[in-house]
Amino acid sequence: MSAVEESRAAAAPATSGAEEGPSPLFAAYIRRLRFERWMVRVTQLLAIVAFFALWEIAPRAHWVNPLLTSYPSAIWPVLVDMAQKGDLFHHVWVTFEESVVGFTLGLSGGILIAIGLWWSRFAYRASDPFLVVANAMPKAALAPIFYIWLGEKESIYGIAVAIGLFITIIMIYNGFNEVDPNKVKLARTFGASRLQILQKVILPGSVPTMIAALKINVGLSLVGVIVGEFQSSKAGLGYLIVYGSQIFQMNLAMMAITILAVISTVMYIAIFYFERAVLKHRQ
Amino acid sequence: MDRAGGNGGWDQAPKVELRDVGLRYLTEAGETEALRKVSLTVRSGEFVSIVGQSGCGKSTLLSLIAGILQPTSGDVLVDGEKVKGPSRKIAYMLQSDFLFEWRTIVENVMIGPEIQRLDRARSRRRAEELLRRYGLGDFMNHYPHQLSGGMRQRAALARTLVTEPDVLLLDEPFSALDFQTRLALADEVGVILRREGKTVILVTHDISEAITMTDRVVVMSRRPGRIRDEHAIAFPSFGAERPSPFKVRNAPEFAGYFDKIWNELDIHVGS
Repeated sequence: MSAVEESRAAAAPATSGAEEGPSPLFAAYIRRLRFERWMVRVTQLLAIVAFFALWEIAPRAHWVNPLLTSYPSAIWPVLVDMAQKGDLFHHVWVTFEESVVGFTLGLSGGILIAIGLWWSRFAYRASDPFLVVANAMPKAALAPIFYIWLGEKESIYGIAVAIGLFITIIMIYNGFNEVDPNKVKLARTFGASRLQILQKVILPGSVPTMIAALKINVGLSLVGVIVGEFQSSKAGLGYLIVYGSQIFQMNLAMMAITILAVISTVMYIAIFYFERAVLKHRQ
Repeated sequence: MDRAGGNGGWDQAPKVELRDVGLRYLTEAGETEALRKVSLTVRSGEFVSIVGQSGCGKSTLLSLIAGILQPTSGDVLVDGEKVKGPSRKIAYMLQSDFLFEWRTIVENVMIGPEIQRLDRARSRRRAEELLRRYGLGDFMNHYPHQLSGGMRQRAALARTLVTEPDVLLLDEPFSALDFQTRLALADEVGVILRREGKTVILVTHDISEAITMTDRVVVMSRRPGRIRDEHAIAFPSFGAERPSPFKVRNAPEFAGYFDKIWNELDIHVGS
């Protein structure tokens, strides 16, 4: 990270200097910007270090009960042990796979239903109140029922999908309607059919909305999967959290939560770069 | 194409004909009569403008000719046939370029051929040729936000012409541009369209744009829109050749046309 930034810092003045030579005012401005950005990064890094340090020190100094909070150096051996046995990867993979299936189904299902509602205004008007209510429902309440209906594994997918589906439908449908009607008119002047308007204007015009929906779905799906695993599973990070707290093994529960934080971070970064690549040319 | 440029060269068959066209917009809040008994004939190769204040139904008229709206009474005919939907003979250029930000310039120009499923390779060659002709040769693979307003509007013109329409409908196509760009581009477009021998119907609220660019100015009244008067525009002081829009502004006839049309538009400032 810092190496990249350093090389960028070195490259920037060299290229602009070759063209015109920046004024001292501009150079100072750029220096100030760069310094500020650097300070933000340092502060963020310090916050993480401080968090882990406090987590380590407070239980050990018995400011808080270590049985309740655990601490990083106690978690680490558990992590290493599980990793060596191969269990850890299995649990992480189960949760990851479930949440990927969850948001893929939730997002694609939501887009398909939104297309249906866009196609038939009548269908939209008839279903609108139900969508709003379904979206407001706390989906975690369905976990026990899904367990009975769908069984151990499928109930987890069920909750992961249910938790994101309705908000996705609403978001995508609204996104479709926010596409400039003049762009639709333009396509119609060339004689576009409804299907062509969908393909060439509405869908490509809604890509930013779809990415926003993807972001929300990734987060919600992970919530759904963990809730589902609390209810029913024999594997996954949600299972480890419940199991760890039931046998009062806080080291195990906290380890699983830490890994969840890492997974969330990785997904966030992946989406960030995906979004940047896809929306590169849009203003 | 084989028609002589300028005035009087077109053949006499009506290209576009409106017969007692009326249109009412229906909404829950009530109905609005946008057009009442509008009759208009445009001959092949003619360059006609329609002026009127905003809300007089000018744009509605173009949508009817383009076939994206159906009249509630009367008939719209193109080449003697009733317009039932959008036709390949007709192209419609809207107020703003409405280029798709997710497509490059040349891909934007290709939207019409794609929708109409025209021969891809041939259309692509034509798109590139038009863009080069309009000075956008180096910008074909750029995205719309990288272009200036005037360049974007020229790209929109290429998009309108790439499907080789006979009739062009222009709905205040320069209104989104700044004054200088607007004059220059109106000039340029006027020359291009005359050279290509298209039948053109230009809607505008700019009287001087109408006089300088077109052969005939149709004045519309306020809602419900009706045709109030028509003026054939000619510049005998320049001889038989039609002067360029830029020269027209200084022609002795210009002021006379302007005053007449201005008075008919019945523009009241204030109360």
